[in-house]
Amino acid sequence: MSAWSELILILVILTNLLLVGGNRLTGLIRFAAVQGLLAGLLPLLVHSHAITARLIFLAALAVALKGVAFPLLLGRALREADIRREVEPFVGSELSTFLGISLLAFSFWLSEWLGIAQAGWLRLMLPVGFFTMMTGLFLIISRHKALTQVLGYLVMENGIFLLGVALVGEVPFIVELGVLLDAFVAVFVMGIAIHHINREFNHMDVHLMARLKE
Amino acid sequence: METGLIFPSAGGIAGAALAAPLLSGVINRTKAVFAGRQGQPLLQAYHDIIKLLGKGAVYSRTTTWVFRAGPIIQFSCAALALALLPMGFQPALLAFPGDFICLAGLLALMRFFLMTAALDTGSSFEGMGASREAAFSALAEPVFLLSLAVLARLTGALSLSGMASRLALHPAEGSGPVLVLTTLALFVVLLAENARVPVDDPNTHLELTMIHEVMALDHGGPDLAFIQYAAQLKLWIMGILVVNALGLGGRGGWACAGGMAALAVLIGIVESTMARLRLLRVPQLMIGAGALSLLALLLTLVRP
Amino acid sequence: MAWLLLSLSILLASGLAAWVLRRESIGLAGAIVGCAAGLVSAAAPLLTGRSCALSLPWSVPYGSFHLEIDALSAFFLLPLFLVGALSAVYAYGYLAPYRRSQPLGRTWFFYNALVASMALVVTARNAVLFLTAWEAMALTSFFLVVFESERKDAREAGWSYLVASHLGTAFLIILFVWLGSRAGSLEFERFGNLDSRAAGMLFLLALIGFGTKAGFFPLHVWLPEAHPAAPSHVSALMSGVMIKMGIYGLLRIYICLGPGPAWWGWLMVAVGVVSGVLGVLFALAQSDLKRLLAYSSVENIGIIALGLGLGMLGRSLGIPALAALGFAGGLLHLLNHALFKSLLFLGAGAVAHSAGTRDIEHLGGLAKAMPWTAGFFLLGAVAICGLPPLNGFVGEFLILLGAYHGACAVGHLAAAGAAAIAAIALIGGLAAACFTRAFGIVFLGQPRSRHAESAHEVGWSMRIPMAALAAGCVAIGLGAPWLLASADRFLGPLGVGAGSWAGSGARGCLLGLTLLWAGLLAIVLAAAGFRRWLLGGRPIGEGGTWDCGYGRPSERMQYTASSFAQPLISLFAPVLRTRRKLATPTGYYPGPADLATTTPDIASRGLFSPAYEAMQALLARFRWLQHGYLQLYVLQLAVTLLVLLIWKLG
Repeated sequence: MSAWSELILILVILTNLLLVGGNRLTGLIRFAAVQGLLAGLLPLLVHSHAITARLIFLAALAVALKGVAFPLLLGRALREADIRREVEPFVGSELSTFLGISLLAFSFWLSEWLGIAQAGWLRLMLPVGFFTMMTGLFLIISRHKALTQVLGYLVMENGIFLLGVALVGEVPFIVELGVLLDAFVAVFVMGIAIHHINREFNHMDVHLMARLKE
Repeated sequence: METGLIFPSAGGIAGAALAAPLLSGVINRTKAVFAGRQGQPLLQAYHDIIKLLGKGAVYSRTTTWVFRAGPIIQFSCAALALALLPMGFQPALLAFPGDFICLAGLLALMRFFLMTAALDTGSSFEGMGASREAAFSALAEPVFLLSLAVLARLTGALSLSGMASRLALHPAEGSGPVLVLTTLALFVVLLAENARVPVDDPNTHLELTMIHEVMALDHGGPDLAFIQYAAQLKLWIMGILVVNALGLGGRGGWACAGGMAALAVLIGIVESTMARLRLLRVPQLMIGAGALSLLALLLTLVRP
Repeated sequence: MAWLLLSLSILLASGLAAWVLRRESIGLAGAIVGCAAGLVSAAAPLLTGRSCALSLPWSVPYGSFHLEIDALSAFFLLPLFLVGALSAVYAYGYLAPYRRSQPLGRTWFFYNALVASMALVVTARNAVLFLTAWEAMALTSFFLVVFESERKDAREAGWSYLVASHLGTAFLIILFVWLGSRAGSLEFERFGNLDSRAAGMLFLLALIGFGTKAGFFPLHVWLPEAHPAAPSHVSALMSGVMIKMGIYGLLRIYICLGPGPAWWGWLMVAVGVVSGVLGVLFALAQSDLKRLLAYSSVENIGIIALGLGLGMLGRSLGIPALAALGFAGGLLHLLNHALFKSLLFLGAGAVAHSAGTRDIEHLGGLAKAMPWTAGFFLLGAVAICGLPPLNGFVGEFLILLGAYHGACAVGHLAAAGAAAIAAIALIGGLAAACFTRAFGIVFLGQPRSRHAESAHEVGWSMRIPMAALAAGCVAIGLGAPWLLASADRFLGPLGVGAGSWAGSGARGCLLGLTLLWAGLLAIVLAAAGFRRWLLGGRPIGEGGTWDCGYGRPSERMQYTASSFAQPLISLFAPVLRTRRKLATPTGYYPGPADLATTTPDIASRGLFSPAYEAMQALLARFRWLQHGYLQLYVLQLAVTLLVLLIWKLG
């Protein structure tokens, strides 16, 4: 099973790199969906020796929410706003990819420096968790559109989830459910907010909303 | 030390020299099948070269000896690089630690004279092609050498022959994902260096969109034959590197030939299904390939 | 040692005589003879490995006239005297237009004094002597830089060079005083035995002090100003040899401080990567030929630092193969750079001399008017890009091989190796773009201006040095295994073990390289012969450039230098910050349009200019002290003296 987990973690890294380097919103939503799917499946493989009904239920719920529900919500918001592409982000595409690679190397170094001894392929889990979190933060900071920032939030959430799986064995059922509910409500509310913002101002540009401070 | 002339690989080199133009035939036939056409004969490239060798030459008054020397040097570099390639069971004619650096150097010399000959004509189209070629190959070089670093780390060998034989016969445990990533990066470099879609369209007729085609615009006759053959040799060389990275090269002549044929079909499929990228997006592609090889390197660092 | 003293005395005496007697031929002859004598003195330690020393007392406190030529010093003396002699021959033809306007004897004094002071820097073993020679080097080169003192940009370049040089020397003074106070004397052989924290601080001081002279980023800001402003033979000497004095000083201090912790090597690798990549990027953005070459020197110093950093890492971490390869590659690249950079500067000087302008955008088609210069410049360009079969490739090959050894190692060293590999590959690709641009736009195509149309080939005195340097590039490229057979001798002082060079297997690799290049030459000749046979009886036509059927090409339609570099410049825009001034036609009909791009140095714009302005603002607050009244000044002096007297006697 370790080969499959390693494969999933590598795919997660690849989705992060694609998220950082891409600039078409439909593509970004798709990559985030794939990442959520992979992250949801991971606990099943980590605890493959002790699969319980609870574990299966949580994995199914995570996959359903992150892989299906969120993309649908965000896709609908995108369609209503009728925007296709990121326009001139703060950080250009090639520079973003380069920064993404640097963040990847940094997260590997960071996990080594923290010195938390891990066995076998789990050594990969910690850097991937850090990298995903940092990718999410990067998306929030360096992009204009509100939709991309929601995606950044989702990616950060995936990263925290991965870190949790790496560091903590089992999380109480109620906490897991609470976290998933949290994410769902957040995305739902943000989707509604984006819809209203777009209707009011005719754009989704967070940068331009800075004018509101007057 | 691996310097060796132990197995004279002259047979392998002769075979490569003869088979290289066949690759473009396979690629074109694949594209024709996808497009529902009959397509060119498989041996068309040979006919072209022989036809060109039989012609005279016309030189522009603007050009100097650099223009006349360019095709000769390109052909010589590509031909010499064959001596460094391991093919089939046999190691290369000349193998020593760091021979892949020499390979990169020979290809770079080839590219230098291609660009200089293009600037010699004083034409704006050729200057444009040279400028784009310079930019994209500057980005492809680090990806190429980093991928070879990953292979060197995996196999512990510092020569191409050593890498090829160890990847084929003693692949490391669990190195699958790393090899896939590295091969993908090398494949992108192959597409970039050999003017294939998505970096450059070999079938375009618009000079403003060309990169490699436009640099050979003013050459004709035997000069053009040299340049075309050198380009085909370069495709063969980079193809062998990809096939070796997959571990097929060191398993024998038939596996190697089969791998090359499959690679040519794959290039044809890529050319038929993808559109050529906007020129502004090509650096993104190269940086992405660099990210893949760097990821592969980090993975080899993490495993014990 | 006797030969060295003979060489120094000939240089200084002939220079003085040339100034006093106002005859430049004495200076020229003295330069050539003195450098020849110097070469003899350098040969013996390199061939036999034995060093010779001389020690005389000197009345300066803590100073002694202590000279020694060991293998490392001899290695640096070699390019010094070689380039010194060849540049002197070149200057005979190059300075011809200036003969009428000013007496050239003074120039020859400074030139000979510069060569002599550099020789003293490399052989001095006493800190006072070293600093005296260092200062003499800076002053004589300053006077050479402002040779064309009627030009404003030359004067300003000279001032900025002098300031930068003295800032670096300030750090060196602190360095030597600290070392001396710990050792109790200012002799180099007594330095050492320091605890790791002090050694670390001293290494940093040396890095900054010597790095200013060497041209590490961001301390390089004087290089692109001073090297273009100086006459070309002086630029060749400065770029080829003088900046290497910084590397020499750094290595000498490294030897004194002993093998340091690994972070020294990491720092050098980082400095090397940054200098190399940024140097070549800025070179791509320049349209002044000599400024381009100056930035390219920054790039090559970066490569040298990269090699030396890998060597230091190898020594700190106990990997002898890496140490041997890194140091050998770095030092060989140093020698190679002296050869091909001097060649390129002499070629650029020939172009400026003949066409009257250094601006690439106004040149073109010079290969027909100056075939020899074009051929030598092409050879230099191929060498500097690190392409086979010339010498640049051998140096970079050794450094890359060391980097691959590092990348295959366990632990963090692999990251250094990977960074070095990626950096050298990127630098190589960008350098190829830069020098195809430089050679192609200047020498190929059609002339872009009347300057270029009226160019002519330069005289024999300017061609012979270029030929000699080109021959040197080819010789090292093909003969590397034999030239480096005795690499142990100059690697020894750096602490690389006796058998490491042989054990790294480098000699076998270099033999393989030479076999390959022999094969390349054979195939080239065969292919050329084949083509000649093919085209034997066939008609060879001539016409205009076909260019896919365009009927009327003109020289204004050729690709320009800034267009050639544009894809790379726009890709690296966050780093380069090129400024564009664009005036487009307004309205519907064609009209005049204008495009100008400039790329100011980011270190000087972002780091030094704000610092200077802040300092100026701070010091402006004290302007009130300058009131102008003579009596008050005298009062201030008297009061200060009184206070000092009371304080010291009380």
